[in-house]
Amino acid sequence: MTTESTDLERRETPEAIVAVPVRHPWRWVAAAVLLVLAAMFVHGLVTNPAWQWDAVWKNFFSKEVLDGLLITIELTVLAMVIGVVLGIIVAVMRLSPNPILAGVAWLYAWFFRGTPVLVQIVFWSYLARLYQYLSLGIPFGPEFVYFDTNSLIPIFLGAVLGLGLNEAAYMSEIVRAGILSVDEGQTEAAEALGMKRGKILRRIVLPQAMRVIIPPTGNETISMLKTTSLVTVIAVSDLFTVTGQIASSNLQQVPMLVLASIWYLIFTSVLSIGQYYIEKRYSRGSLRTSRGNPFANLFGFGRAR
Amino acid sequence: MSADLMVKAENVHKHFGRLEVLKGIDLEVAPGEVMCVIGPSGSGKSTFLRCINHLEKLTAGKLWVDGELVGYRQKGDKLYELRDDEVARKRREIGMVFQRFNLFPHMCVIDNIIEAPTQVKGVPKGQARERARELLDQVGLADKERAYPRELSGGQQQRVAIARALAMDPKLMLFDEPTSALDPELVGDVLEVMRNLATAGMTMIVVTHEMGFAREVGDSLVFMDGGVIVEHGAPKDVIANPQHERTQSFLSKVL
Repeated sequence: MTTESTDLERRETPEAIVAVPVRHPWRWVAAAVLLVLAAMFVHGLVTNPAWQWDAVWKNFFSKEVLDGLLITIELTVLAMVIGVVLGIIVAVMRLSPNPILAGVAWLYAWFFRGTPVLVQIVFWSYLARLYQYLSLGIPFGPEFVYFDTNSLIPIFLGAVLGLGLNEAAYMSEIVRAGILSVDEGQTEAAEALGMKRGKILRRIVLPQAMRVIIPPTGNETISMLKTTSLVTVIAVSDLFTVTGQIASSNLQQVPMLVLASIWYLIFTSVLSIGQYYIEKRYSRGSLRTSRGNPFANLFGFGRAR
Repeated sequence: MSADLMVKAENVHKHFGRLEVLKGIDLEVAPGEVMCVIGPSGSGKSTFLRCINHLEKLTAGKLWVDGELVGYRQKGDKLYELRDDEVARKRREIGMVFQRFNLFPHMCVIDNIIEAPTQVKGVPKGQARERARELLDQVGLADKERAYPRELSGGQQQRVAIARALAMDPKLMLFDEPTSALDPELVGDVLEVMRNLATAGMTMIVVTHEMGFAREVGDSLVFMDGGVIVEHGAPKDVIANPQHERTQSFLSKVL
């Protein structure tokens, strides 16, 4: 007599299922409608002379535009560096057992999230009017070093401070959420091994928090790239200011806006790609595996849909 | 004092707010002793274990490890709280293994093991790795040093966690339900590692539900319920011949 298990082993795999897949006619209709609309839009872009594409391309790589672009990138990078570094410090303060540090951190986020970034930028550019000099010394006592704020805080630095300090308030909330997302057991295990608070934070908690911190930070960076255009109000010659100036001299306002938008789009795309690779790096050891390259998914290669 | 004891607890109390979790624990553990602690959930056994390496602060009473007061320094009649770095220094000598393993998921197995020796004790990396390989061999995972925790089974993760604790050369090992989160067929490997450790003379306090392990490996058995020690004795006696009604009813359910 054969047992059931040997019966099971002997069974052959039947032929793979061949079935007519479910049809999705409305997907095709939607695709067709969108395709027609896209074709009309592109046709308009190309044939309507009012777009003045030649003016766009003529100025696209001009020295003024490239200089403005450089300022925009500098502003983005510096403001994000201040934002991330200060954001981590504020987040760690906020989670500190010391109630004064935690309170100060809360106050910081409250103030800088509670006032418009445009106001802050303008405010920092006026700082030299508010405090004519800065000095290092004993509080209410003698001074050792003395700075004239007019030379210390030129307009560019005012812009960086305005953007960076504001960003730090948002980043601190992102970092705090990341730190809180790490399982408490991790801290306990590290404590049980005799590690100290600072080291646990640096080596155990923050690397794991990165997985939660990075996607919104990428978002913030992309947002910052465009927010830098606000510095036009204090006449920092960034990309948007420069294209505005060109437009006011050649009266080709729309082409100059298009030009600026194309550059913003290019750098946003670059940042998105960078974000994808950084996210991949920090998802090491995580259960959730990466969802594949977003560009590959959009264009249908990379994995089955 | 109690220099010849590894752990001595004297009327230890722990409250969480108004909840009394420990209501006066007196206990002595000799060097080389393997003490198993059993009891229903909520009986305070894990909390007591966490008090020993100061993961929880005592509310009242006193606790010594290897003759030194846990968490405080005594001068005359006064107690002075230890600073964070002093607490950390004392924890190095006490290994702890958790129910949920708590391996560092962003580090591979060998990096998990050398993290504390290199970062806390300043052992050179090469030397720490050598020791880590020995320990991995000891827990039967010599081929897994480059694996990440999520690539391992629960039983393997727990054995890495034991190796990680041993890498600090502790004089006392605390086990907090080390096999409770494991599939039944993986429990044996972990218990085997713990059994070898006991044979090698390690002082161990093991909170567990594994009655077989408690009977065969344990030198003493403690039954806790409602924040107090109900019964304490040789494992065979307590299991075969429990004196208290509560011990009897608990054992009748787990055996």
